[in-house]
Amino acid sequence: MGEPVTNELLSLDDLEAAGRGRTGRKHVLSILVENKPGALTRITGLFARRGFNIDTLAVGPTDDDAISRITLTLDGALQPIDQVTKQLHKLVNVLKIRDLEPEETLARELALVKIAAEGPNRAEVMQLCDIFRAHIVDVSRRTVVVEITGTHEKLEAFERLVRRFGLVEMARTGEIAIARGRTATT
Amino acid sequence: MRAVDALMECLKAEGVEVVFGLPGGASLPIYDAFYDAGIRHILVRHEAGGGHAAEGYAQATGKVGVAMATSGPGATNLVTPICDAMMDSVPVVFITGQVRSDILGTDGFQEADTIGITMPVVKHSMMIRHPLEIPNTVREAFHIARSGRPGPVVVDIPQDLSRADIPYTPAGKINLPGYQPTTNGNQRQIRLAAKALANSRRPVLYIGGGAKNAFESVRDLAGYGRLPVTATIMGLGVFPASSPQWLGMLGMHGTRTANYAMDEADLIIAIGARFDDRVTGLVDEFAPHAKFVHIDIDPAEISKNVDAHIPIVGDAANVVPRLLAEYRDLGTDAARLDEWWRRIDSWKERYPLTYEDSGGDEIKPQFLVESLAQATGGDAIVVSDVGQHQMWVAQHFGFERPRQWINSGGLGTMGFGLPAAMGAKVGRPDATVVCVSGDGSFQMNQQELSTCAQNGIDVKAFIMNNGYLGMVRQWQELFWEHRYSQVETTPPDFVKLAEAHGCTGLRFTDKHTLVQDIRAAIATPGPVVVDVRVTPEENVFPMISPGMPAREMVG
Repeated sequence: MGEPVTNELLSLDDLEAAGRGRTGRKHVLSILVENKPGALTRITGLFARRGFNIDTLAVGPTDDDAISRITLTLDGALQPIDQVTKQLHKLVNVLKIRDLEPEETLARELALVKIAAEGPNRAEVMQLCDIFRAHIVDVSRRTVVVEITGTHEKLEAFERLVRRFGLVEMARTGEIAIARGRTATT
Repeated sequence: MRAVDALMECLKAEGVEVVFGLPGGASLPIYDAFYDAGIRHILVRHEAGGGHAAEGYAQATGKVGVAMATSGPGATNLVTPICDAMMDSVPVVFITGQVRSDILGTDGFQEADTIGITMPVVKHSMMIRHPLEIPNTVREAFHIARSGRPGPVVVDIPQDLSRADIPYTPAGKINLPGYQPTTNGNQRQIRLAAKALANSRRPVLYIGGGAKNAFESVRDLAGYGRLPVTATIMGLGVFPASSPQWLGMLGMHGTRTANYAMDEADLIIAIGARFDDRVTGLVDEFAPHAKFVHIDIDPAEISKNVDAHIPIVGDAANVVPRLLAEYRDLGTDAARLDEWWRRIDSWKERYPLTYEDSGGDEIKPQFLVESLAQATGGDAIVVSDVGQHQMWVAQHFGFERPRQWINSGGLGTMGFGLPAAMGAKVGRPDATVVCVSGDGSFQMNQQELSTCAQNGIDVKAFIMNNGYLGMVRQWQELFWEHRYSQVETTPPDFVKLAEAHGCTGLRFTDKHTLVQDIRAAIATPGPVVVDVRVTPEENVFPMISPGMPAREMVG
C-alpha cells in the first residue's frame, strides 16, 4: 500500500487485503477491572480507537465489591488478539486479563426468547424447550417467553429451531466464562 | 472516480462555498482534489483559527461552516473550536484526515484517536470505514449539523480510503433511525402556555440563541402581547435593543432592570435559552415567583437547570407563531400589564446602564463601544473575543438584528474573535465586520492576521488594550483581595504586529477624536488592527457576584 506522497489510485480489492496477526478463532477474554466510573468507557474506547470490534460484552460484579468482571468475546479472524490484550493491560483500571482457552473454559449465555405459540404450535414449542432444558417463564394467549442458558452454539441452535414458529423478540446477555478446574482469574 | 473527488462533489451538493483549513500528510489526497474542485479554500495559519472561522461563517450566514485539518496535531488543534461549536450550537462540519486504515491503532506518524478525543464534545462523529460510505456519510454529517439543535459533526477519513477508486453515486436518502429531532411543538402544551400568558400579570420573554431563526415571530409575540423582553448573550439581536420593550441582557453582567424583572416575574417564557449558571445566579433563588414555559428543540434542556411548568419541545420558528395565534384567540386585554410596566419603567429610570466617563483624553472601554456603535451607525457585524470587552460590547452596543453579534458565549474561548470575524467576513463580504478583542484574547490567534492579509479578508479589529487579562484581574480585585496574580500582559506593539503581517496598524489614545478615527479605520481598505489604549483598571458592572441571587446585584 502506497505512502501518502503518491497519488496512485487504490483499488477496493487492495484495501481489503490487509490483515495480519490474526488467530482465526473466537476468543473469550475475562477481564477484571476496578469498579470505578469510566473504566468501561476506557475499555470500549480503546477498542473503538484501534478499530477492534467487540462481539459480545457482559459486565457484572465479582465477590469483591471493588472489582468487576468483564467478559468480552471477539473474533480472532478479524482482530489482532495480542495487540488487544497488550493494550488492555496498559489501562490503569484493568487488573487482570485472561484469554480463556476454549477447551478449558466453561462459557454460558442467557437468553430470553419471546416465541409465537398459538394452538398446536404451543405443544411443539414446549417439547423443544424440554429438549433444550429451557424454561417457560411467561405465557400469554399468543406467545410464550422462554429462558434458556447454554453455550453460544446451543443458543444459536435453539434460535434457529424456534424461528419457524415466529420469533417475536430476543434478548441475550453475551457470554460469561470461567476456567475449569482449580485455576482462577484473580 | 477518486474518493476525494467524490468528497468534493458531496461538499458541492451540500452547498459548501468555502472551507477553512490547513493541509498535511494524511489529507494530501483531499488537498489534491481541492486543486481543481472549484471550492474556495482559505488556508489558515493554525487549525483552531480555521475551526473558529468556520463557526464565524456559520453564525453570520446561518449556513453550515466547514473546517478541515490533517490527522494527529491538525485534528487535536480543532478540539477547542469543536467544543465551542457544541456549547453555542453552531453548525460546523469538521473534516479530518486520518492515517491509513491498515495502520490505525498502531500509533502511526501523526496518528491521534480523533473520534475518541472529540467524542464528548461533538453532536456526532463518524469515521469512514469504506470509501463507498463517503457520499452518505457526508450527507448525514451536514444533515445532523444543521438540523434539530445545530452542532459540530466530525468526519474522519483515513488517508488510503480517500485515495480509493470508487464508482461515485450521489448520496441516497438519509437513514438515521436514532436521530429524529422534534420540531413540531405539541398543540396542547402551546395552548396551555397561551393560557398561562393570558393569566399572567408580570410576564417576561427570555430569549436565547435558539430563537435566532424565529426572530420575526418573537418580535410579533412581544409586540402583540406588550411583553418585556430580555435575552442571553447568545440571543442579543433577536429583539431590537432600540425597542422600549427591551430590558437589556440578563444574567451576571446584565442590566438591573432585566434581572429584577426576572426576579419578580410571575411567568417566564424561555425561547431557545438554557438557564445557564451565568444567567440564573444562585439557582435556588432564581425567579422565585415565576412559572416557566420552556420552548426548546432539545428535550434534554427541559428542566435541566430549572424545572419547567409547561415544557414545549420544538423549533421556536414552529412554536412561537402558534403560541401567538393561540394567545390572540384568547383576546386578553394587554392593559393588565400596566402596573408591571410601571414597575419596569421605574427600574429603567433608576438603574440605566451607565459608567463614569474619564475627565481627560483617556478612552473608557464602554466609551469605545458606544463610539463603535456610533461610527458604524449600529450596522456592523460585531465579533468579540472573551473577557471584559465582550461584556462591554454586549451591554453597550445595542444590537438590532440577529446574526449581527457573534461571540463565544458558552465555552468562553479566548482567541475566538479574530478568526471568527474572518469567517463572518468571508460569509458576508457585503457587511462591515468589526472584531472587538482584548490584548489577552487577541494574542491567542493573532497569526490569522496573515490569513486575512493573504486573502484580502477585510476585518477591522479593535483591541481594547488595558495591559491586563482584565476579567481575571477584576475577579482578583473584587473577590481575591486585590492580589493580582499573573494577569499583567505587557502587550506587544500591535501596530508593528499588524504591519508585520501585511495589515494596517493604527493606535488610538484620544477619546475626543475617537468616532472620526474609527470611521477612518473602517474606511481604510484591507484588514486593519487598531490598538485602542483604554483605562487599565475599569470593571464590568453591574454584576451578580458568584453564588449570589440576581436581586443582589452590585456596582
